[in-house]
Amino acid sequence: MNEILILNGHVVDPASGIDGPRDVLLRDGRIAAVEMPGVLAGVAVAERMDAAGCVVAPGLIDIHVHLREPGQTHKETIARGTEAAAAGGFTTVVAMPNTTPVHDSVAGLRWMLDAARGPVVKLLAMPAVTFGSLGCEITDFQELVRAGAVGFTDDGKPVLEDDVMRAALLASAGLGVPVSQHAEDTRLTGGCSMNAGPVAFRLGLRGMPVEAEARIVERDLRLLREIEQVERAKPHLHVQHVSTSRAMHEIRRAKAKGLHVTCEATPHHFTLTDEAIGDYDTNAKMNPPLRAEADRRAVIEGLMDGTVDCIATDHAPHASHEKEVEFERAANGITGLETALGLALRVLHREHGMSLAKVIALMSAQPAEVIGLKERGNLRVGSYADVVVFDAGAEWNYAAKDSRSKSRNTPFDGAAMLGRVRATICEGRVVYRG
Amino acid sequence: MTERAKRAATREAGAGLLSGLPVDTSGYAAGSLLSVEHLTVADVAGILAMTARLERMDAAERAQVLLGRTIALLFYESSTRTRTSFELAAKSLGATTTLVSDKSSSIEKGESLKDTGLTLRALGAEAIVLRHPSSGAASLLARVTGLPVLNAGDGMHQHPSQALLDLRTILLRLGRDVSAVDAKTLDGITLVITGDILHSRVARSNAMLLPRLGARVVLCGPPELLPESALGLNDGIEGAASLEIERDFDRALARANVVMMLRIQKERLAGFDLDLAEFIARYQLNEKRLASVAAKVLVMHPGPIIRGLEITGEVADGPQSSIEEQVSQGLAVRRAVLVRALGVTA
Repeated sequence: MNEILILNGHVVDPASGIDGPRDVLLRDGRIAAVEMPGVLAGVAVAERMDAAGCVVAPGLIDIHVHLREPGQTHKETIARGTEAAAAGGFTTVVAMPNTTPVHDSVAGLRWMLDAARGPVVKLLAMPAVTFGSLGCEITDFQELVRAGAVGFTDDGKPVLEDDVMRAALLASAGLGVPVSQHAEDTRLTGGCSMNAGPVAFRLGLRGMPVEAEARIVERDLRLLREIEQVERAKPHLHVQHVSTSRAMHEIRRAKAKGLHVTCEATPHHFTLTDEAIGDYDTNAKMNPPLRAEADRRAVIEGLMDGTVDCIATDHAPHASHEKEVEFERAANGITGLETALGLALRVLHREHGMSLAKVIALMSAQPAEVIGLKERGNLRVGSYADVVVFDAGAEWNYAAKDSRSKSRNTPFDGAAMLGRVRATICEGRVVYRG
Repeated sequence: MTERAKRAATREAGAGLLSGLPVDTSGYAAGSLLSVEHLTVADVAGILAMTARLERMDAAERAQVLLGRTIALLFYESSTRTRTSFELAAKSLGATTTLVSDKSSSIEKGESLKDTGLTLRALGAEAIVLRHPSSGAASLLARVTGLPVLNAGDGMHQHPSQALLDLRTILLRLGRDVSAVDAKTLDGITLVITGDILHSRVARSNAMLLPRLGARVVLCGPPELLPESALGLNDGIEGAASLEIERDFDRALARANVVMMLRIQKERLAGFDLDLAEFIARYQLNEKRLASVAAKVLVMHPGPIIRGLEITGEVADGPQSSIEEQVSQGLAVRRAVLVRALGVTA
């Protein structure tokens, strides 16, 4: 019998409203009991874990990661990417489909989710909205959901055509999973490698206007409204990595009107601005790009007021030779699994006064809800024994060279972090100890 | 910004270790000339003093200054003035030069900028002069090689030696001392830069350099070629308040002591369709406009000029034009920046 008793910790479980000292018993991969200190003291178990001084929370969930397998294993593998996830406190990650080939079939989904890939945390996947992510013909949503898909996305590219997006939203209605949109009107961003504005002008780089994000969000919300009114269906739109004040404003308004829209924000968009590019640091290049300070503040405001449903990393590993090139030619994306919690606690909790419970909710219960997971993202008895134990007050500096990921492309090398993961437990197995 | 400071420190350590050469405050090999942004007024004064000193030498003496030294010219974009003047400047100082261009090298086979730079270093290059279509390429090359890199134009970003030669031309034509400058040297001088500002590394370089010496810089052009974001160019550094935008060329010209015209960079327009007839009507520098509002203004152009478009042949060849003077000053100033790059005190 596989048992762990986590003692002396401070349990924060937003889903059940617990925020206080509790002991947690894990048995056979499930949560067996959450009790006041002392109650479980006499239980004979295989392993006791002392969590004194630590927070015990639901294992973190990241619904937006790039694990690069198949086809791009020089950047990352499922095994290495999920090791990085475990080190960051994550027990569930959702892989994006922009692999080689694009992940758009049931066979591809089965291959990716096969235990032979060696994931150390729970691996889920969002296959492509359209075949090859070419934006033309939508994939077989029903079959893919039956095989385990938790959403659909052409991430890295938008679903640009109105008719295709409408068809995708309609096809997803009733399946209980979102269509997850990379909101970028690529007709406005050709040749651009950063945010438009004074920094782009100074660096002589072409800038992506904020309208490129807002336009697609506005278009998608209009489609969602039309489908609700005309078709009497209620599909779920999820907006990835919201980075602009304008898009945030549109999503806030749509939510107030009752549309089924959710969205995510990344740690880099709430921590950095386009100034971080400095002297052409390609580790500060990603898409959507780092924006101006007003946009960064709007992202934080959205996180504080509940417009943003979850924090997602957009973990996007790249090999050094893909980053050590001219800025315009450098690959988009940064790693993020190992720095997400440390940045969320530093920026949102310490600097902006967000409660610890809210930070944890944004990284566990709420992302679980976005993709319809009932038995993860909470510490209810009977749920999967996915737990993160972390010292919420520990200050440290991230060192990219120590990363579990195959890649080192992060703008946060040496950056201050708050909160250090001491243990990550996935389905009752300890997958990381720090 | 602790993250920025940290990166600068890392870069400093990296560049220093790599080459064993001293590094400057921004973390690049000392003597690098990557952006006007990195230059202090004292640096500018030093370069101008060196230019004057080298100019006073006779040819034989000058040919000893960099004797036995090796300089690589790495050109990924076509160039007449800049390439030739860097090459002639290096040769007049006695240095050995080698020219590598993207058309006749392994760059055509897909060799990266990093590997090209490391190859030149391994072959003995002590400094690299780089012209490249991507903004930031010079910083990248300086970082990966640890060598002093002279930015001879990177994308739409910077062309610092051009701004320095423009400065020397202005001083000469205004009858000022060309061997010493300070933060007040250009007090009371208004420079108007007109045309395709958005795509111009020359505009950025001059608009950053000249306000630091006291000049007022007025940018002039249509919004498509001059976005409002240009006003943030000097944010946080000296000269921020001395930069402005004026859309009406005649109004700008009426205040100008110096006007600098720019070519429309067709190769960088990226699909944008400009109405040339309207542009000419509003922004061309022609005799009529010059006579009516700016009879004494000094006319400059970094070249290449497109006669009949941004400037007429009569004005380019006229008495107020300093276009050829700029080219000759390029040779003089580039000698000084090469000497500075190799750490020689002549």
